[in-house]
Amino acid sequence: MSRVHVTCTINGDPAEFLCDGGQTLLDALRDEVGLTGAKEGCGTGDCGACSVVMDGRLLCSCLVLAPEAEGTTISTVEGMASGDDLHPLQQCFLEGAALQCGVCTPGFLVAAKALLDRNPDPDETEIRYGLAGNLCRCTGYDKIVRAVQAAAAAINES
Amino acid sequence: MTVTEPKPSYKYVGTRPVRHDGLEKVTGRARFAADLNMSGQLHGIVVRSPHAHARITSIDTSEAEAMAGVKAVITGDDFPAVEPGHRQYDMCVNVIARDKVLYEGHALAAVAASTRDQAQAAAAAVKVEYEVLPAVLTIDQALAPDAPVLHAHMMTAGADPPAEEPSNIPNITRFSSGTDMDAGFAEADLVIEREFTTQPVHQGYIEPHACVADTGQDGHTTIWCSSQGHFNVRSSTATLLGWENTRIRVIPAEIGGGFGGKTTIYLEPLAVALSAKAGRPVKMVMTRDEVFRATGPAPGTKLRIKLGVQSDGNLVAGDAYLIYTNGAYAGPGGLLGAMTVFESYKIPNFEIEALDVVINTARSAAYRAPAAPLTAYAMETMLDEVATELGIDAMDLRLRNAVAEGDPSTMGFPFARIGFVECLEAVRDHPHFTAPLGPNQGRGLAAGYWFNIGESSSATVNLNEDGTATVVTGSPDIGGSRASMALMAAEELGIDVYDIRPVVGDTEAVGFTDVTEGSRATFATGMAVVEACRKMVVELRGRAAKMMGADVDEVDWVDGQAVYTGSDGDKDPLPVAAICAKAKRTGGPLTATGSLEAHGAGPGFAVHLCDVEVDSETGVVRVVRYTASQDAGTAIHPSYVEGQIQGGVAQGVGWALNEEYIYDSDGVMENPSFLDYRVPVASDLPMIDAIIVEVPNPAHPYGVRGVGETGIVPPIPAVANAIYNATGCRIRDLPMSPVRVLEAITANGGSNGA
Repeated sequence: MSRVHVTCTINGDPAEFLCDGGQTLLDALRDEVGLTGAKEGCGTGDCGACSVVMDGRLLCSCLVLAPEAEGTTISTVEGMASGDDLHPLQQCFLEGAALQCGVCTPGFLVAAKALLDRNPDPDETEIRYGLAGNLCRCTGYDKIVRAVQAAAAAINES
Repeated sequence: MTVTEPKPSYKYVGTRPVRHDGLEKVTGRARFAADLNMSGQLHGIVVRSPHAHARITSIDTSEAEAMAGVKAVITGDDFPAVEPGHRQYDMCVNVIARDKVLYEGHALAAVAASTRDQAQAAAAAVKVEYEVLPAVLTIDQALAPDAPVLHAHMMTAGADPPAEEPSNIPNITRFSSGTDMDAGFAEADLVIEREFTTQPVHQGYIEPHACVADTGQDGHTTIWCSSQGHFNVRSSTATLLGWENTRIRVIPAEIGGGFGGKTTIYLEPLAVALSAKAGRPVKMVMTRDEVFRATGPAPGTKLRIKLGVQSDGNLVAGDAYLIYTNGAYAGPGGLLGAMTVFESYKIPNFEIEALDVVINTARSAAYRAPAAPLTAYAMETMLDEVATELGIDAMDLRLRNAVAEGDPSTMGFPFARIGFVECLEAVRDHPHFTAPLGPNQGRGLAAGYWFNIGESSSATVNLNEDGTATVVTGSPDIGGSRASMALMAAEELGIDVYDIRPVVGDTEAVGFTDVTEGSRATFATGMAVVEACRKMVVELRGRAAKMMGADVDEVDWVDGQAVYTGSDGDKDPLPVAAICAKAKRTGGPLTATGSLEAHGAGPGFAVHLCDVEVDSETGVVRVVRYTASQDAGTAIHPSYVEGQIQGGVAQGVGWALNEEYIYDSDGVMENPSFLDYRVPVASDLPMIDAIIVEVPNPAHPYGVRGVGETGIVPPIPAVANAIYNATGCRIRDLPMSPVRVLEAITANGGSNGA
C-alpha cells in the first residue's frame, strides 16, 4: 500500500510526513514526526494521554487517522513552552507537585490549556469536568486541579 | 500538617523543591519505555490464548515465519524446560505457556517483524490447536469437590493433615494467639459474624508494559524497559532464558505508574529471545487490552470474620477465614490477608485461616498494600456495626482498641513506635469530623495498616569538580523518589538540593537494589543514600584536614563546609566546592557508596473520613468530602507524601464503587478497556485533604516510614461506612456499584434514611 503524504503545521512549524492510511495521528506524531510527548495509554480514546489540539479542537490523537491531519494546525505538549519560558500550566504543575509518574502529564497539560483557552477562569467543578477525559492513576487529581487553578490565576494576573 | 513529636529542625528535609525530573515530564521530553527506538528495530507481538483453560496440542509457526517482514517466531520451546518445584516456575510459565494455557490472554508465542502491522498479521497466522478444558472461574468452583485441577502438581502447603491429592489450593496459612477461642468468645457480650465477597481489580497504571531488547551477536543483551525494579527484570529474564545475569544489562526507562503491577515481568524475555533469534533490536508494547487480560489484577476474595466484643467496646476474640484467588498461580494473597486482618487492634484471642485458590484468570500481581484493603473492608465495616450495636462512637471504639508501641502484632513481635492513635486523633480533631452533613449524605470512618518492607538498596554519591553532587541509586522513581533522595543528600552534605542530581542507575552502574515495592524506596534506598553521604563527609573532613594541615579529628562538617575546631589559631572554613577543586591534589575523585539490607521499616497507619451522597433513585454514590491522615514518620518531601495519600484514596474509591473484572461463562474478560473498566476521573472526586502525621520511625536516620501503600487500605470501608450512614444499608460485596446500592436501598424499604 502506498503511503500518504501529509502536510500540516505542528507547534507553529510547517511539517510533513508519510503515513499509512490506517495509521493513527498518535502513531504518526510519535513514529513519523518524532514527537513522543503524547502517549498511548489505551488506544481507544478513554484515557486522554494522547491529547492534542487540532484546528482549535482538543481531541484524542489515537482516534484520528493520520491522513486527516492534512492541512491542519496541531499543538502538542512539545509546543507549550516558548523558548526559555514554560507555560504557566507547566510551571504550576511543577511547583504544585501535580505529577507523580508523569505519563499522563502531557495529556493533562494539553487538555488544561484547551480548557483555559476557552474558559480563562473556570471554577473547580468546571476544571474537574474539563479534565474528565484524562485519566491519572497516581495523584487523585487534587494537585492537578489546584495547579490548573493556580495557572489560571497566574495567566489572568499577567 | 500535624507534628506529634518534637523533631530536629532540618534545612532541606521537609521542604518542597520542584522535583529534579519534573521539567522533562512537563515538556514531553521524559523517555518512557514506549518512547525509545533503536536503529534497525523490529516490532514484537505476543500470541495469546483465546481460552481460559486448555491444553496446547500443537503450535504451527510455519505460515507466520514465511510472511513478509517476519524475522523471528518463538514459542515455549525456545526457552529452557522448567519443572514444577523450580523457584520461579510460576513466573516462567506465565511469561510463556508450555503445555497448558491457564487464562484467556496467556502468552504462548511471539513474533518479530519489520513493522507492527506485519507482526500482528504474522501473530494471527500462528496456528495453535487446543484441547479446551473446563474453566474454573470462581472460588466456589475451585473448591468444589469435583473441580478440575489447574496444576497436577499442586499439593496444598500448610494442609493439616498433609495433602495427598492435588487441588486448587496452593497454600493455607494459619496464625493464632494460641489461646482458648471458645473461652475468648465466652467473654464477649456481642458476637457478630459477617461474610464479604470482592472481585479482582487492576492497578490501572496509565502506561502499558513496554520494552526494547537489543541482543548482540556476542550473546549479551541490553533491555530498556519500564519496571519497578530493573535488577529483578535482569534476574527474572536470565532465569527464563537460562542465562547468567551478567549477559543482561537493564536500563530503566521512566515508569508510567506501577502500583505493584510492574514488580514482575511479562515481555522482556520474549523480546530478548526474539532479538537473539533475529539479530536485531526488538520493541514490544502491550495494548491496554493485553494489559487488562494478561497482567496484574489484585486478587478477588471471600472473607468471613467473627468478632467478640465486650459491652464497653473491648475486642476479646476474632476468628477469620480468608480466601484469596491469585488467578492461575499461587500467590501471597492469603498470607498477606492473614498478616493484616487483625493487626491494627488488640485482640487477645484470635485464629486466622487463609487459603490461596487458583482459578483460570490472569496471574495476580501486587497492588499497593496487597490484600490489606480487603481485610480492612471486612474489619472496619464490622467495627462500625459493633459501634452501632453497642452505642459507642466509632472513633472511640477504634481508639480503645488501637495497637500502640509494645503491643504484640499478629506474628507475635511487639510493635516499635507507631502512630495509629495519632492518626485517629488527627482525624478526630479535624473540622471535617464535626462538619454538618447535607441531605442524603453519610459519613464513614475507617483505618488501615501496612507493614512496609526494607530489603536491599545501594547508592553512590559522586562529588563533581565544581562542588555539586550526583546521587545514583537503583530505585526506579515511581512518584518523586529522586527528589526525596536529593533532599536527604542535601541535608547530609550541606549542599543545596538543586546542586544535587539524583539519577536512577542501570544494572551496571549501581549496586544491587531490590524492586521498588513495599513502600521501601525513600525508606531503604534513602538509608543507602544517607550512608554514602556520611562516608563522603568523613572523606571530605580528611581532605580538608590535609588542605588545612590539621588532624581530621580537628575538622567538623558544618552546613556544607569543613570547619577547623583545633587550637592552632584560626583557619578559614573550606566549602565543599573548594575541597572538590583541590581533589586531584588531596587523593583523587570524591566518591562514596552506601549499600545495605534495610531493617525496621516502620509500619504505616492511616485513618480516613469520607462523606458520600447517595441518589436513592439511581444508586449512584458520590464522594463529596474526603480527609485522610497517615503516619509518614518524617515527610521528606511533603507534597509527594500528600500525593501518595491522595492517589491511594482515589484508587480505593474506584475499588469501592466501580472497579471489577467481569468474565463471561467461558472465562473471557468482558471489560478490558477503560471505557468498561471504570476508574475514577477528576469529576468523580472532591479535593482530598491529606493530613501528614509524623511519628518518626526509630530505625531510619530521618524517621521515614514508607507512605506508598497504606493510603489505599482505608477507602473501601470508609466509603462503605459512609453509604451505610447515608442509607442504612450494609453492602458486603464489591463493587458498591449503582446497581448494587439500588438493590440494597430497595431491599431496605426503598429510600434513604439511616
